[in-house]
Amino acid sequence: MNEHIEQLVRDAHESGDYMPLIAEIPYARMLGIRVMRLGEEMIFHLPIKADNIGNPMLPALHGGVLAGFMEQAAMLHLMTSMHSQTFPKIIDFSVDYLRAGLSRDTYATCQVWRQGRRVGNVAITAWQTRSEEPVATARAHFKLD
Amino acid sequence: MTIEQRAQSFLSVLRHCQLLGMTVEQADENGLVIKLPYSDLIIGNPVTGVVHGGAITTLMDTCCGISTVCYLDEFEICPTLDLRIDYMHPAEPGAPIFGFAECYRVTPTVIFTRGVAYQQSREEPLAHVVGTFMRMGKGTIDSQQVPAASGGTA
Repeated sequence: MNEHIEQLVRDAHESGDYMPLIAEIPYARMLGIRVMRLGEEMIFHLPIKADNIGNPMLPALHGGVLAGFMEQAAMLHLMTSMHSQTFPKIIDFSVDYLRAGLSRDTYATCQVWRQGRRVGNVAITAWQTRSEEPVATARAHFKLD
Repeated sequence: MTIEQRAQSFLSVLRHCQLLGMTVEQADENGLVIKLPYSDLIIGNPVTGVVHGGAITTLMDTCCGISTVCYLDEFEICPTLDLRIDYMHPAEPGAPIFGFAECYRVTPTVIFTRGVAYQQSREEPLAHVVGTFMRMGKGTIDSQQVPAASGGTA
């Protein structure tokens, strides 16, 4: 792994500030993903942005953007909880859309349900107004190195 | 309008898809192919240059969603109920990714779609996808018209 990224990962684990690492991931930067640390909790934040809109008539967040945000959140959450030096690789991803993702700021939290030696299972919940009313839930498996 | 023109006009209004440079490559009664060009915007791993899974999810959500125009006589808004992607192997950096999707069951309430993401050949998929879409418009289509009917009823 590239030394610069490796250093950013180490710094992020040490300081708890993952924004410099996110800034180096082009896809995460394009979506505009942010992360907040509240103690040991991580809350991922996707501020509203015109380029993330799918259908401009509704207007609604593109379902793929919401899913991409949730996948990225799961990956970072897993890296954090494992103190991993490398990016986990996605094996599968399954998302349920529960409500229309409107043109609003979106938040996500993750839960690692199982972390084996080779595979991790992460559940992701995304919401816009209240965490009890998710716009989407997802789960992903990652291959761990 | 032909199926291909309807697919193109659908894709052309989706702002995020325009940002990623997605284009309709082929659309007929058998399904839809959309191209996602490689670009720096969609890199998920800055070390290897491998495309982010989210970009592939976006391609396949769009492709499965628009594939409904291959089967519906009139345009209907069909939001995604759920989508599942299984990754066979990572995409080769630098090359475009194609998404193919087809509807394999259309009911008055929901549409079941499936597809693959691939680079060289549809026979060697990067990912397999299934997606279910909700029909919000009037249920006008006769589900008997849809070939290869299988799956559940709703």
